[in-house]
Amino acid sequence: MSAEPTLLAPAVAAPLPLGRTLAARLLRNPVVALGAGFLLLMALVGALAPVLGTLDPTAINPATRNRPPGFERTIRAEDGTTTTYRHRMGTDSLGRDVYSRVLYGARISLLIAVSVAALSLAIGLLLGLVAGYIRPLDGPIMRLMDGLMAIPGILLAIAVVSLFRAGLPAVIAAIVVPEIPRVVRLVRSIVLSVREEPYVEAAIMAGTRLPLLMARHILPNTVAPLIVQGTFIAASAILVEAVLSFLGIGIPPETPSWGNIMAEGRNLFRVYPHNILYPGIFLGLTVLAVNMLGDGLRDTLDPKMTGR
Amino acid sequence: MLGYVLRRLLAAIPVLAIVAVLVFLMLRLTPGDPAAVIAGDNASSEQIAQVRSKLGLDQPLPAQFAIWIGNLATGNLGESFFFKKSIGELILGRIEPTLSLAAATMLIAVCLAIPLGVVAAYRHGSWLDRIVMGVSVLGFSVPVFVIGYLLIYIFAITLGWFPVQGYQPLSGGLGGYLHRLVLPSLTLSVVYIALIARMTRASVLEVLNEDYIRTARAKGQVERKILFRHALKNAAVPIVTVVGIGIALLIGGVVVTESVFAIPGLGRLTVDAVLARDYPTIQALILMFSGVYVLINLLIDLTYSLFDPRIRH
Amino acid sequence: MSDATAPVLEVENLAIALPGGGDRLRAVDGVSFAVAPGEIVCVVGESGSGKSVTAFSVMGLLAKVLKPVAGSIRLLGEDILTASPQRLRALRGDRMAMIFQEPMTALNPVLTVGDQIEEVLRIHTDLGPKERRAKVLAMLEAMHLPDPERMHASYPHQLSGGQRQRVMIAAALILDPALLIADEPTTALDVTTQAQILKLIREMQERRGTGVLFITHDFGVVAEIADRVVVMQRGRIVEQGPAAQVLGNPEHPYTKMLIAAVPTMTPARRPPVTGALALETAGLAKTYRSGGLFKKAREVHAAADVAIRIHRGETVGIVGESGSGKSTVARCIARLIAPSAGQIMVGDRDIARLPERRLRPLRRTIQVVFQDPFRSLNPRRTVGNSIIEGPVNFGATPEAATARARELMGLVGLDPSALARYPHQFSGGQRQRIALARALAMEPEILIADEAVSALDVSVQRQVLALLDDVQRRFDLAILFITHDLRVAAQICDRLIVMQRGRIVEQGPTAEVFARPDAAYTRALIEAAPGREFGRGAGQVQEAASA
Repeated sequence: MSAEPTLLAPAVAAPLPLGRTLAARLLRNPVVALGAGFLLLMALVGALAPVLGTLDPTAINPATRNRPPGFERTIRAEDGTTTTYRHRMGTDSLGRDVYSRVLYGARISLLIAVSVAALSLAIGLLLGLVAGYIRPLDGPIMRLMDGLMAIPGILLAIAVVSLFRAGLPAVIAAIVVPEIPRVVRLVRSIVLSVREEPYVEAAIMAGTRLPLLMARHILPNTVAPLIVQGTFIAASAILVEAVLSFLGIGIPPETPSWGNIMAEGRNLFRVYPHNILYPGIFLGLTVLAVNMLGDGLRDTLDPKMTGR
Repeated sequence: MLGYVLRRLLAAIPVLAIVAVLVFLMLRLTPGDPAAVIAGDNASSEQIAQVRSKLGLDQPLPAQFAIWIGNLATGNLGESFFFKKSIGELILGRIEPTLSLAAATMLIAVCLAIPLGVVAAYRHGSWLDRIVMGVSVLGFSVPVFVIGYLLIYIFAITLGWFPVQGYQPLSGGLGGYLHRLVLPSLTLSVVYIALIARMTRASVLEVLNEDYIRTARAKGQVERKILFRHALKNAAVPIVTVVGIGIALLIGGVVVTESVFAIPGLGRLTVDAVLARDYPTIQALILMFSGVYVLINLLIDLTYSLFDPRIRH
Repeated sequence: MSDATAPVLEVENLAIALPGGGDRLRAVDGVSFAVAPGEIVCVVGESGSGKSVTAFSVMGLLAKVLKPVAGSIRLLGEDILTASPQRLRALRGDRMAMIFQEPMTALNPVLTVGDQIEEVLRIHTDLGPKERRAKVLAMLEAMHLPDPERMHASYPHQLSGGQRQRVMIAAALILDPALLIADEPTTALDVTTQAQILKLIREMQERRGTGVLFITHDFGVVAEIADRVVVMQRGRIVEQGPAAQVLGNPEHPYTKMLIAAVPTMTPARRPPVTGALALETAGLAKTYRSGGLFKKAREVHAAADVAIRIHRGETVGIVGESGSGKSTVARCIARLIAPSAGQIMVGDRDIARLPERRLRPLRRTIQVVFQDPFRSLNPRRTVGNSIIEGPVNFGATPEAATARARELMGLVGLDPSALARYPHQFSGGQRQRIALARALAMEPEILIADEAVSALDVSVQRQVLALLDDVQRRFDLAILFITHDLRVAAQICDRLIVMQRGRIVEQGPTAEVFARPDAAYTRALIEAAPGREFGRGAGQVQEAASA
């Protein structure tokens, strides 16, 4: 009971400083800095795609199909002037410029990452709080989550997209649904353990009503784990979108997404590997950056979970 | 012990029931007329009506569910609209390649990942630990099909060691069977290795901080035996659990890997069914995969008692 | 070994560096003492005194961040600090052995008890399996463990805490080490179990002539077992000598303060309290049902038929060991859990079954101070916000509540300006004061102290107890004081309730209960209190002085 807290037992952690000091501490971690830096770069690339020497990513040109990286083409404008365009990453089987498609593809991947993470966390948080605090609803919600978790994630996503008309909303919904149960479980387990804490019981004794009790004493405990979880959901969302598009059931094929570019390059892979190689590298690095960010965040925000 | 087995078995039943309800409702909850969706875009109104009555879609929802469950219970999975075949037969014909792929993948993953994770935990903080952890993050970050094409490009196209695609059944000879299984199972095992290695490392690290490890040191035990006698047996439960949870990942990976390597298994069947909007087949496949997933995890739950006497008693 | 009087352990001028960020540069500094064969040396001190670090450094089991930087540790003349890891391993378990504070976690849950004791023999001897087994069974027998054969094949979770500690001792002593290090080996155990384990250590050590280095914070235990005493404070030894001398005639002011802080086992005679009735329970019960469809249904009566009366200005203690139901009763009365049966009368209202909505307006009447000072304040909120939360819920303006909070901070002996600080900036004792201020801010009639001083060092404990006494008089509080510690109960309670397995076995005025215990269980509890005689003299002196 009175071991030596200063030396042998961990003392109570200081509350996490939010705002500037936290950001500074995070960025001192090289893994976080590298991950965040790369993601920032990708966001810029996506946003600035039109001015980074790209062509219309959906423009089809039958004359220059399946050209290798570095192929140069002369474009004649209506007024007769000509410019030479270099296909840095070659063209696909419809003659579209892969470089332009890859750059614009960053938009789709990041959009999906952010929206899937935000939606899964919001829905999962709500359901988790309800399950953790309203006894009669705990059973039904958790059984439903058990059922959802019993369906392998990608299969569930495939089932969801196959039901709706193909498009961005369907893809986002398809990726969100399988992610929800894990968020619900996380939030619920935090609620269940925190509500046993003496300081929560003290607040009950102080006559604090349930909504305030949640907001003041319980919700703040979910913030750090949810940020970490959200990062990993974002990484998985980018991957699942790529898989769905690759299988031909994701976003409509003319939309430039990394998965679509690779799906398009499948058939001629032996001859023109660049159609899979370039988007593959961008995709891999982006997901790697998100995962690194997540690992770093977890180490800083949630030391107990380190290594998971 | 027997009570434990019974309880676990019974706990699996509601989960499977909920999966069945979800799968059943999925089609019924689609916007629009399910019969029209099933019959396809070019179907005439007669064809649609035919589909509706054949599937019992004109009856109230509970009755539809009763019919569907009744059929499932008697082993009748229905008929595929696209393949014009009984779904049961269809699935039966596709099991071998998928089972082979999954088994080979798991074998590779478990044999590689657990030793890697243990060593990384034991040499916590060393360069070896960092490499294992770094490579495993990379393994999480690259989609299965990119890994597949990369391996094909290096080992099949450039080096010519393995065939690019295809599958040969076991009945066609063990050599060819294995030869064609190497690349796909390597591809699929990457994520799985990453997952298991990380989890193994985390559980062993956690166990190494336990009081009884300190007790073993106080007895003068050597580190190697502390790791194998004391730590690994305690870390086994979380490791085995993640092997089970990873099955979900494996099933998703099978769908993609079979497409990349043109393997005529259940994964390919799933993709074909989705592309053809063959709903009865999709439903049956999801139900089957989920059932397998739940059952494997049930079996894994039962193995806990081998590792942990607290569950046994 | 030929010279029987040569010390088994000599620690000389030991210094261990503390990694940056600590409150001092060295965990221990200039520590010198010796343990002779057949001698029990108690190292005693409060949290952070460096006593456990000293023990672990002898075993060579210090965390890597803690490095010995000066001095020597000699076991049978051999320097441990310069020994190779191989040599250290050969010594551990064979020439020196250790038992730990938490018998629950110190044994490997997946290996049998017999296997874990045999492990020592496998490491250090060439005995065959049959000889090993025979030796282990003999050792289990010597530990007074029932049915050694069955014990040998049992897993740790099938044993009680006391049995596990016996198993640990068996594993430690099976090779007859010259030195046994015991790091708070009874702190996690109930008092009756503690008495048995102390007796066992005494018995083994006398029979085998082992030198024992015994780490503890409890002067009762010291008085019970020590031949010589080493007192540590903030990493240094302030006093050492024969037990009788240090305990009976301490020289250093710190030792004097520590010994004076130990509550005596002789309660003062207190006049009966005649205030108005504040709380009365009748037939109070809490039953837990577990199991269900496929598991054998089990009913646990955590508390049954509990009748308690507390008056304003009165302190009623509930004492008992773990599982006695004392905390269950407290939590039922606080309505943190719903009782299964019975009444809880506060004034003329029965709150036992009120739904939360109707209970809330009555909440301010009863307040609780919890055991764990590290978890009873929300780490994310300032102390001020924690204190004013209740009054603001009941309609006070934040300004008025804060003004009151400043007064209360002064009352509990803290600087009012500390309201803006966070809990991690306070020590355990300070946090308990804050928790008390938070409770008082509600202007309660009844205060429940649930093991509120159990996690505190004796010196801090004494201050908090005095503070409780003070606020009780100021606010005419009825206090329900839950504790496992008879010494503390003797010091503060007007009346005592003894609980065992969910039922009240005895109650009466504290002095009566101590002087003439009725129930066999009460007698056993008093018998088991370590160093029962210790502090009695001092208590009588105090009593005489106040009379």
